[in-house]
Amino acid sequence: MAAMKVHGYPLSTATQRVLACLYEKDVEFQFVNVDMVAGEHKSPNFLPLNPFGQVPAFEEGDLKLFESRATTHYIAHEYADKGTQLLLPGSNKTMAVFQLWKEVEAHQFDPPSTKLVFELRYKPHFGMTTDTAVVEEYEAKFAKVLDVYEARLAESKYLACDHFTLADLHHLPTVQYLLGSSAKKLFDSRPHVSAWVADITARPAWSKVMGMLKQ
Amino acid sequence: MALKLYGAAMSPCTSRVMTCLHEKEADFELIPIDLFAGEHKQLPFLAKNPFGQIPALEDGDLSLFESRAISAYVAEKYKEAGHDLIRCQSLKEAAEVKVWMEVESQQYHPAISPIIFQFFAAPLQGKVPDQAIIDENLEKLGKVLDVYEEKLSRTKYLAGDFYSLADLFHLSFTYYFMKTPCANLINERPHVKAWWEDISSRPAFQKVASAMTFGEKGN
Repeated sequence: MAAMKVHGYPLSTATQRVLACLYEKDVEFQFVNVDMVAGEHKSPNFLPLNPFGQVPAFEEGDLKLFESRATTHYIAHEYADKGTQLLLPGSNKTMAVFQLWKEVEAHQFDPPSTKLVFELRYKPHFGMTTDTAVVEEYEAKFAKVLDVYEARLAESKYLACDHFTLADLHHLPTVQYLLGSSAKKLFDSRPHVSAWVADITARPAWSKVMGMLKQ
Repeated sequence: MALKLYGAAMSPCTSRVMTCLHEKEADFELIPIDLFAGEHKQLPFLAKNPFGQIPALEDGDLSLFESRAISAYVAEKYKEAGHDLIRCQSLKEAAEVKVWMEVESQQYHPAISPIIFQFFAAPLQGKVPDQAIIDENLEKLGKVLDVYEEKLSRTKYLAGDFYSLADLFHLSFTYYFMKTPCANLINERPHVKAWWEDISSRPAFQKVASAMTFGEKGN
């Protein structure tokens, strides 16, 4: 089997999502740094790998993929018998519940939380001014989403079932960024969400992703 | 036992699921949810989708929401019937389908959805469509469609030379988009236009499209 390559940028949440999956599966891969500050992701060299000019891009032999959630899906299926079980095998019904919570991350959790990461982490890092009105608006939206998560996690240890799956993993990069911001209070005030956040961010595979940032 | 789909015939997300159900020749019952009465934001519907959005699906004791998750479930459950929407026999083809399903979800939808909202939903709230929001999103959508134009010049459908769930996911929002003054974005790109005409003429979608009358007089 040809080696896997991830073209990405360590600070990018989408890149981290794919890296977390690879570390959980304990598989060999090569990381190729894409210099986003230099605009490399928009360059003619990179665009064949992802026509939307975004990181990450993934290669395994002649298979080329992009979109982090499609990439993690492929890795989790192809290497189903290695490392952590990230899927929820079983009937179509159990798989559907797994699919559902992956959609919730993409369509309910990600939009408001990404907006908050941009205002509270990205802007200060690049010397821009945080818009407090936007923060207030999106914290309110995000709080409503977290209320649904609190109810769900009160009846299920992880989002899709009683073990960690891609449905939980997909949240890691954004959750980690928000833990370093004032939005952390939204997790702290919800005991089941708070416990789940502490649990998933303590996973060894996630620590390896964080370790890459220190290099 | 027939599946129960809770939603509204003119809603694009409900229509997404119904198109998939028709492609898979699956028996289902559409149970109307009265959006104007706010039925989707109250119990008992809230128990089916805590985010208070249509559609929701029941299959015996299984309760699902999120139209793309429901559609994926239907495509898997009825994989032996109708058209193969998910390329069950090939993990690589299935992976390509997943890529373009994600593209619809992460690139196409965020650009087209605000435009549909401004033209169809804002007037119901007594507002005039906000041209600044429309223009901003048309620019984004145009860039996405440039990528589609290039891809569709190489493959007949998004994930390859086969119609898949990735193409199907685009149908309902694009159908409403084509009723706006902005349809030129599709029509000016020959490969995108040909793809649109092909996928929107499929019988499974035609059955659903006839009820998609949002914004028309009398509705």
